Amino acid sequence: MTVREAIEDLFADYAEAIDDGALERWPGFFTEDGEYQIITRESHDAGLPIGILYCGSRAMMEDRVRALRTANIYEPHSYRHLPGPPRLAVQGDGFVVRSNFCVFRIAQDGDTVTFATGRYLDRIVRDGDALRFRSRRVVLDSRRIDTLLVLPL
Amino acid sequence: MDIPVARDRASDLAWPQGGVTRVPFRVFADPAIYAEEQRRLFRGPIWNFLCLEVEILNPGDWRLASVGEVPVVVTRDEHGAIHAMVNRCAHKGALVCLQERGNAKSLTCVYHSWSYDLAGRLQSVAFRHGVRGKGGMPEDFDTAQHRLEPLRVEVFCGLVFGTFSDATVPVEDYLGTTMARMIRRNLGRPHRLLGMHSQIIHNNWKLYAENVRDSYHATLLHTFYTTFKVNRLDMDGGMLLSDDGRHSISYAKRGTLQQSEEYRNVHSAQYDSALAAPQFLDTWTEFDDGVTHCIQTIFPTLVVQLTLNSLAVRFFTPRGLDRTELFWIYLGYQDDNEQQTRQRLMQSNLTGAAGLVSLEDGCINEFVQRGTRGSEDRNAFLEMGGRDVASSDGSRATETGIRGFWQGYRELMGL
Ligand code: FES
Ligand SMILES: [Fe+2]
Repeated sequence: MTVREAIEDLFADYAEAIDDGALERWPGFFTEDGEYQIITRESHDAGLPIGILYCGSRAMMEDRVRALRTANIYEPHSYRHLPGPPRLAVQGDGFVVRSNFCVFRIAQDGDTVTFATGRYLDRIVRDGDALRFRSRRVVLDSRRIDTLLVLPL
Repeated sequence: MDIPVARDRASDLAWPQGGVTRVPFRVFADPAIYAEEQRRLFRGPIWNFLCLEVEILNPGDWRLASVGEVPVVVTRDEHGAIHAMVNRCAHKGALVCLQERGNAKSLTCVYHSWSYDLAGRLQSVAFRHGVRGKGGMPEDFDTAQHRLEPLRVEVFCGLVFGTFSDATVPVEDYLGTTMARMIRRNLGRPHRLLGMHSQIIHNNWKLYAENVRDSYHATLLHTFYTTFKVNRLDMDGGMLLSDDGRHSISYAKRGTLQQSEEYRNVHSAQYDSALAAPQFLDTWTEFDDGVTHCIQTIFPTLVVQLTLNSLAVRFFTPRGLDRTELFWIYLGYQDDNEQQTRQRLMQSNLTGAAGLVSLEDGCINEFVQRGTRGSEDRNAFLEMGGRDVASSDGSRATETGIRGFWQGYRELMGL
């Protein structure tokens, strides 16, 4: 398997975990000190540090998942990710990868909307026998979130 | 409290018995009332939050804003003065500024090139004298008679406010001493923008105005702190209202356990919890008054919050009868160090569209909007904490802040 194929696999697996509701698998796509941030394009372009959601470690992601399972209240819904093909470059011990994505949100009454579009800016490294995100920055095209954001993108 | 009903009524709605302890669901669903609000409330004797001064720092900077549904542009002119005017061309009403923000020497409408200075005064009109001697404006056309409709502007602690009414009292009087003091505490020194996003919530704007004054729901709907047994040591709190009841401060204080002097300004995990990564709640003391959480509302649509070290301004804008845009602007102080900025980033996780503690507010108001459909002749019941509009020191199990909002609303709307 080429690196590109391995990264495409990682993207597909990542999307599958979230879209199938296997959110407990989500932190496992990151290295232990991995970073995950969702930020608007406006703030990203302006170089501002605060976005919509930030996790600075796998433990913080685990807390997010536990919170949305046990504490947070929202109407049931699911996502469907359409990850685009990656463009990659080697950097240091890993890869800098950029790709587009589209996420639909499906509500329990069937209402389906385009919830988010944007790009993933990733740093991917070999971590043991797997490729993992050292950082995944989700840059949203729109500044607006419809209703709320509770499942990761 | 019963309010004398003005003769010039906003609608045929008769407010139910019980005054501000009852709210007719119709006010969230009636297009005629919504239209009246645009005229009587948003163009009335109130201060509307427009933007932050830090968003228009340089001469020529401009930024779009809204007052109710009215599109507004806020500018800083070449002398540093701030102006606000309706973003509606004096010719045929087209939008003049199209980009969210920009910098220019003058504002020119794209439709027929009428051009305005940064204070909104008409400077020139294309083909005023016609083309090759034909056409053009009548002889008596006078540019001084046309301009972008101005708002009166005042800046307080970096918050830019605008009003359409000559009757609006100065901002500090509008706020009252308690409210002005808290804004000074939180925004009284140079701050800077750390991030911004917005949320579309599918409810009437007043449901959010209520929700953010509703200290009763805080620990009931939002269970993040209790679920994770975050030992907050700061459960004393209360609800302060301005004299007119329109503005409020919901606050929590560090309890009996005082942070000892040696720990001041030291990052320490003060929280016992079931979280895997509780460090994101590490905090440092910014103020000596013991207040660790405060959510301050300024009538009608502004909120200033400092929860732990997360400093933010929120405001909401009606985008239709049952559609509201809620903006989150995260701030830090100009002299913050890197570690402090990082803690503000960490704690931004508590609020916003994905806030661990507050994301429920994105849907709860929609649940009310949907729940009350077809029940426009029924009322909400608001007697928690009594029936009056008054500060509630020591308890946040009260709806006094919401009653205060309706008191102000009824006065302005003549309802
Ligand atoms: S509408 Fe603006 S110039 Fe005509
Ligand atoms: Fe809330």
